[in-house]
Amino acid sequence: MSILSDALEHHPETQPFWSALGEGRFLLKHCRACGRAHWYPRAICPFCTSADTEWREASGDGTIYSYSIMRKAKEPYAIAYVTLAEGPTMMTNIVDSDLEAIRIGGSVRIAIGKRDEDLLPLFRLA
Amino acid sequence: MSISGKAYIVGAYEHPTRKAPDKSLAQLHAEVALGALQDAGLGKDDVDGYFCGGDAPGTGPLSLVDYMNLKVRHADSTNIGGSSYILHVNHAAQAIAAGKCDIALVTLAGRPRSEGAQKGAPQRTDNPMQPDFPWEQPFGMTTLNAYAMCAMRHMHQFGTTPEQLAWVKVAASHHAQHNPNAVLRDVVTVEDVANSPIIADPLRRLDCCVISDGGGAVIVTRPEIARSLKRPLVKVRGAAEAIKHLSGGDVDLTYSAGATTAPLAFGEAGVTPADIKYVSLYDSFTITVIVQLEDLGFCKKGEGGRFVADGNLISGIGRLPFNTDGGGLCNNHPNHRGGMTKIIEAVRQLRGEAHPAVQVDGCDLALAHGTGGLLGTRHGSATLILERE
Ligand SMILES: [Zn+2]
Repeated sequence: MSILSDALEHHPETQPFWSALGEGRFLLKHCRACGRAHWYPRAICPFCTSADTEWREASGDGTIYSYSIMRKAKEPYAIAYVTLAEGPTMMTNIVDSDLEAIRIGGSVRIAIGKRDEDLLPLFRLA
Repeated sequence: MSISGKAYIVGAYEHPTRKAPDKSLAQLHAEVALGALQDAGLGKDDVDGYFCGGDAPGTGPLSLVDYMNLKVRHADSTNIGGSSYILHVNHAAQAIAAGKCDIALVTLAGRPRSEGAQKGAPQRTDNPMQPDFPWEQPFGMTTLNAYAMCAMRHMHQFGTTPEQLAWVKVAASHHAQHNPNAVLRDVVTVEDVANSPIIADPLRRLDCCVISDGGGAVIVTRPEIARSLKRPLVKVRGAAEAIKHLSGGDVDLTYSAGATTAPLAFGEAGVTPADIKYVSLYDSFTITVIVQLEDLGFCKKGEGGRFVADGNLISGIGRLPFNTDGGGLCNNHPNHRGGMTKIIEAVRQLRGEAHPAVQVDGCDLALAHGTGGLLGTRHGSATLILERE
């Protein structure tokens, strides 16, 4: 099942993100005017409204802000908010890890991979 | 312009059904509208303003105004999820104060049980055109785990415990035992909640609200008309609304938009949390109640868990009786939207028409507050302070 592919045609604004992800690169939108990175990526900086935003490759490092393990599913899975080293906090899944070892504050590392048929910016415990 | 004292709730009606396979959605809207009008002593043709939320089928208010054969000169279909109806009373009061309508009808209805809503973890049916869609939906984000992440963070940051969460359900169940229409009427204990199946850590089945068909309606009008009717006078003393979201990545799950609405609503009403005798609080999950109590100023941020413990929300026992109908946690959460029933029980309390076992003595000032959308992503909060005159 693909949730993403049907949606992306509506979002040309963020096409570079998904193209880069397909090449194994995790991009963030930075604002050249105010110097801040934001999430999710937008053409116009949500902090200072400058349109002078650019894609930059992210470090891929982050820490878990919060999480939950969905037990009422065919396969239990972990959803999380991860605070990236660059500042913004994003929603993701923690994969390829012992779900019972997930803790708030724990270090994670980008693990681009598929969830169902969608290639996504996922993370694993570092 | 303040709306304080410029509008009254003169009709309130909660549909007794909790499962309505033989009724259409529009029919439920019409039945609750009629119930509220009869309660107020008014008729259909008295209505000149209509308010509905996202549960209304069709383009905003158009189809339902047609179905009910209303003739309105003012309409508003602002949709901020389950708290919409609390916002609608605020908007109705504004419209009345501005002379845009005299008698406003607000309705909510839905039949998720009859339409086969699965219990547990349904995938949300968000619109793929939403800008946030690609950044949330593919990760298996549901209502449940979005709220669960708020609870997890609250527990981590403030030491809130599963037992404290459980006390919210326990209090709701103590009230629901007296409500013959409630979905869940059995009194539960902290242990019952803690031993119920885990759904999405740290939330367990009994931390969640019920799923129900049904609905409700209220009638809002100007002071002169309210005084000409035979019902007890319930005055809108203060109201506010606000939206909170993920702030471009500056995520803080520990508070809601109630932190913005509370000072506005209390300021307009000219009262403080200490003056409130009864609260209707949105209770999609137990954590929702704890976060809102803090944001509304009934306790400090982080102390909500301790505040709700030991029956502090139980009428006749605790300091702040809440959701004396059993709330969304036990009584009714029609169409996954709990805002309307929050207003209705506050009106019952102010009129002295709550069940005698849960009626708050001398209840002259009440607050109804809702959080629509998702506490864990983006939501609209609405606060209403009501006074018995
Ligand atoms: Zn900027």
